[in-house]
Amino acid sequence: MPAKILPLTDAISQFVRDGDTIALEGFTHLIPYAAGHEIIRQKRRKLTLIRLTPDVLYDQMIGAGCVKGLRFSWGGNPGVGSLHRLRDAVEKGWPNPIELEEHEHAGMAVAYAAGASHLPFGILRGYSGTDLAPHTTVKFIECPFTGEKLAAVKAIRPDVTVIHAQKADRQGNVLMWGIVGAQKEAIMAAERAIVTVEEVVDKLDAPPNSVILPGWILSAVSHVPRGAFPSYAHGYYKRNNAFYKKWDAVSKDRDSFLAWIDKHIMQTKNFDEFLTMVEA
Amino acid sequence: MADYTSDEMMTIAAARMVRNGTSCFVGIGLPSAAANLARLTHAPDTILIYESGTIGTKPNVLPLSIGDGELAETADTVVGIVEIFNYWLMGGKISLGFLGAAQIDKFANINSTVIGPYDKPKVRLPGAGGAPAIAASCGEVLITLRHSSKAFVEKLDFRTSGGHMEGGDSRAKMRFPGKGPTAVITDLGVLTPDPETKELVLTNVHPDVTAEQVSAATGWKLRVASDLRISPLPTANELQVLRDLNERTAKAHAGQA
Repeated sequence: MPAKILPLTDAISQFVRDGDTIALEGFTHLIPYAAGHEIIRQKRRKLTLIRLTPDVLYDQMIGAGCVKGLRFSWGGNPGVGSLHRLRDAVEKGWPNPIELEEHEHAGMAVAYAAGASHLPFGILRGYSGTDLAPHTTVKFIECPFTGEKLAAVKAIRPDVTVIHAQKADRQGNVLMWGIVGAQKEAIMAAERAIVTVEEVVDKLDAPPNSVILPGWILSAVSHVPRGAFPSYAHGYYKRNNAFYKKWDAVSKDRDSFLAWIDKHIMQTKNFDEFLTMVEA
Repeated sequence: MADYTSDEMMTIAAARMVRNGTSCFVGIGLPSAAANLARLTHAPDTILIYESGTIGTKPNVLPLSIGDGELAETADTVVGIVEIFNYWLMGGKISLGFLGAAQIDKFANINSTVIGPYDKPKVRLPGAGGAPAIAASCGEVLITLRHSSKAFVEKLDFRTSGGHMEGGDSRAKMRFPGKGPTAVITDLGVLTPDPETKELVLTNVHPDVTAEQVSAATGWKLRVASDLRISPLPTANELQVLRDLNERTAKAHAGQA
């Protein structure tokens, strides 16, 4: 059955539910901002977020009260500093407490691969000799063949994964390129999957071995041009570093953060309106 | 007085440690600056790899984030996260890891997670990222950070990545594939682990820096090599290339980049 090409509002309302474990993946590139904003707009609550590199989008979702937990391996505003809303939630329980499960990238990577393979855990040489182990859910096992001590990390199986990509065709087959992070694994590991894309075309015209997510494994594909702003989409637009730098001041203070969310997300109808507003 | 800053000296000293043709897994910030300076000066065939999956990248400006488009556009190939960590890093393909840190101890274990207690941190840092895997699996590791008694501590608030653990053969016993940190380059000098005890020893001071100054900026009783050397002055070319790189970078990151 071909994936449904749906407006983003419908994709989020149909496939993202309160209490879900959700990965909005992306490694600096192709961060699904439009989808994250729509989740805030639709007031989803008690989500457990997963991502290797939570950045400004997760800061927005946490501060907006959508989140009860976060599994991650590097949290920050890249090149700028801390995520103030994440810190406020962890250290002062505002707007609500959130629980952290902190990992290293290599551990998150094998956990996604295990999730995509429907295996219970991923294995790696990692976590030992660090203070991470006592603060996270990792166990050490012996290799049944050599006796080597290895770390086992519980598989990631999101209820729903959301990513942004460059192109889809009208059947909902999705093509992405550039820095592709853990997006394919995150999609394959999830129960439901939503992809927003820069453009919908008649034919993808991709060479064999391209990163293609066939429409039949996806729940919905939504056409959202510039849906990764202020991150970037390789071949379409560059990263808006100025936005990331400005976010530091906006997010430092609860009131200025709330005013920003209200004006830019709650009072806008969709991502297009938001883009018009920030570029005015 | 010399017409260069201590930060410039640090980056240049760190860059000099990179041998031409090395495959080098680079952290963002100071390590990325040093590795790119090496590539633009004495080590043009250095293969730079960032954890965003960009292999053989040759950025014209320093990346603000680990996944800047510039890194992908100038790479030989771009692979996914699972592949970069499993096949390339854990798979033992990378000779050199280049890391930064907020804190370091005398056995070159590093902290990039929290200052203060984990549950009530005074400063919350971004966390591990790829550092533990880089520290475990690269053939050897260089660490670069600014020298201060807040950064060079007797005891880390949190051990994010293992260096020489408790010293001596404690790392060897863990049977990591890589041999761990081989040098720590700061704005004051260079420290290298003692071959037996693995404790960091001050082996180089930068020009116009004294061993006493370095000791005062170190939170443990610092050992100083009997044949303490002085780092060669930055050359005109090193300074020119570094300043051009920084200028291009600042311009590129002012708005969109």
